Amino acid sequence: MSDGAAQLLDSLDALACGLFLLTSFGIVATRQARGCLQLFIAQSLLLAASAALLGLRFHAAHLYGVALVNLVTKPIIVPWLLRKTSPAGIYTRREVEQVLNIPVTLTISLALAIFAYFVGIPLARAAGPQFVGPNVPIGVAGLLLGALTLTVRREALPLLVGLLAMENGAFLAGISIARDLGMLVELAIATDGLVIVFIMGVLVRAVQQHVGTTAVGELASLRESGGQSGDAEVTT
Amino acid sequence: MTQHILFNLLQVAVVLGFAPLAAGVLARLKEIVQSKRGPSVVQPYRDLWKLFHKDEVVSEESSWIFRFTPYVLFVTPIFVVLLIPVLTTYPLFLAFMGDMLGVGFVLALGGFFSTVAAVDAANPFGAVGASRTRMVSFLAEPVFMIVFFTVSFVAGSTIPYIVQQKWVTPIANFFTPSHVLLMIAFVMLILAEGGRIPVDNPSGHFELAMIDESKWLEYSGPGLALVKWGGQMKFFVLMCVFLNVLVTPWGLASGHTLGAVVLAIPLVLLKILGFLLVLVVIESSLAKLRLFRIVEFLGAAFITAVAAMIVQVFSA
Repeated sequence: MSDGAAQLLDSLDALACGLFLLTSFGIVATRQARGCLQLFIAQSLLLAASAALLGLRFHAAHLYGVALVNLVTKPIIVPWLLRKTSPAGIYTRREVEQVLNIPVTLTISLALAIFAYFVGIPLARAAGPQFVGPNVPIGVAGLLLGALTLTVRREALPLLVGLLAMENGAFLAGISIARDLGMLVELAIATDGLVIVFIMGVLVRAVQQHVGTTAVGELASLRESGGQSGDAEVTT
Repeated sequence: MTQHILFNLLQVAVVLGFAPLAAGVLARLKEIVQSKRGPSVVQPYRDLWKLFHKDEVVSEESSWIFRFTPYVLFVTPIFVVLLIPVLTTYPLFLAFMGDMLGVGFVLALGGFFSTVAAVDAANPFGAVGASRTRMVSFLAEPVFMIVFFTVSFVAGSTIPYIVQQKWVTPIANFFTPSHVLLMIAFVMLILAEGGRIPVDNPSGHFELAMIDESKWLEYSGPGLALVKWGGQMKFFVLMCVFLNVLVTPWGLASGHTLGAVVLAIPLVLLKILGFLLVLVVIESSLAKLRLFRIVEFLGAAFITAVAAMIVQVFSA
């Protein structure tokens, strides 16, 4: 491979990672559940693109497999499964109230991204001199931002998307470090993810049927509604 | 030397001449997307002509600022044109006077005077619009700064003529994440500073929802013409900074002959047409944000710019 082509592939991979970071920020801060899901789909496509580019760059056929698995499961099967299992009204729902307001959440997520670079760069260096690239730090950032999504969101679907985004982040870091993991592992992880989505979808449907809402962040106050204190009423 | 002065004047003439055309084309394209015919693309010229031939009314209560402001708004974009590459890849006669920060300062001067003049006329909507514009611009300010920081990290300079070469030599640089993220952040800035749709509705005439336009409600006749023309030129200049410095330095004249510089005019206009098409897609597919959502819009722009800086600075 010529030097110029390698450089171009490197910067295209870095671009995919940079946009991946942007979608992670978006998932934390988007109000509407549908937008959150669309950002997740875009993020998965970027992950697949990064895997394919790294495969091309290092001639690792295994990474094409990763790209293919990601291309099939996350942008296609996950939304389809969610549509099948969870109630339809969930997609148009807006989060009226978040734990923190959006500018504060964004500021925290910026700090997390910078922290991820401080953690991720030494991690990549420790893995070996050939692993320097934006994949590991941005993957760690994706992981942390997914965790932040889980923390600040109160609607069921964005929470699920946050969980899946964490997995995406781990994948993004993983594909640059382990270029020839067994294909079986990838398939197992992908199936695992689908099972999680399926179970969560069914769970969300059950929650909605019982409680009439998918704002699971409010379920904590529901538990106390048996009786004694005055502030225990359920607000929807 | 004389040649460079001539080219400089040519640049100013291009911006003076084509800024209303760009506004007209944008308005027409938007109408076409909405399945309407819309006014002709030369309508802004007709408006300016009409306004220059009308009488001007100035409130007795207003001070000299009110009368002075149209000239400031008209002149500041022209100053900026002397500093940035509009047609040539090499610096012209007066380009040594300022870098991209200078461009920001000069444009901010116009913004300051328009705010003060809006309050000066004592029209209540003027004050409302002025405070809203200040809100948008002080939120846009940090984004501008981070964009310039990142640019100077990448290019080692804030002089536009040096910056524009960095992105395309070698071509792999064009696809670096910091470059693409910067472009996204800057488009959001142009939308905010130009008063375009997710932030402000340029074609709306409802006083309570106005941001940019309510500052000019008291102007009439030639004063209004200067303000309008200045606003169109400011938008044109922002597009030139974006396209010629940050995105695509292709199509600019690198030769020192008059022919090469004149040939660059249609190429630059073509690039601007391409950008206007992108802008029409953005404006037609988004709704105007409520006032306090603008904070989130510019917060997203800030995040994008900071992400560009993180990716650039820490990966090195």
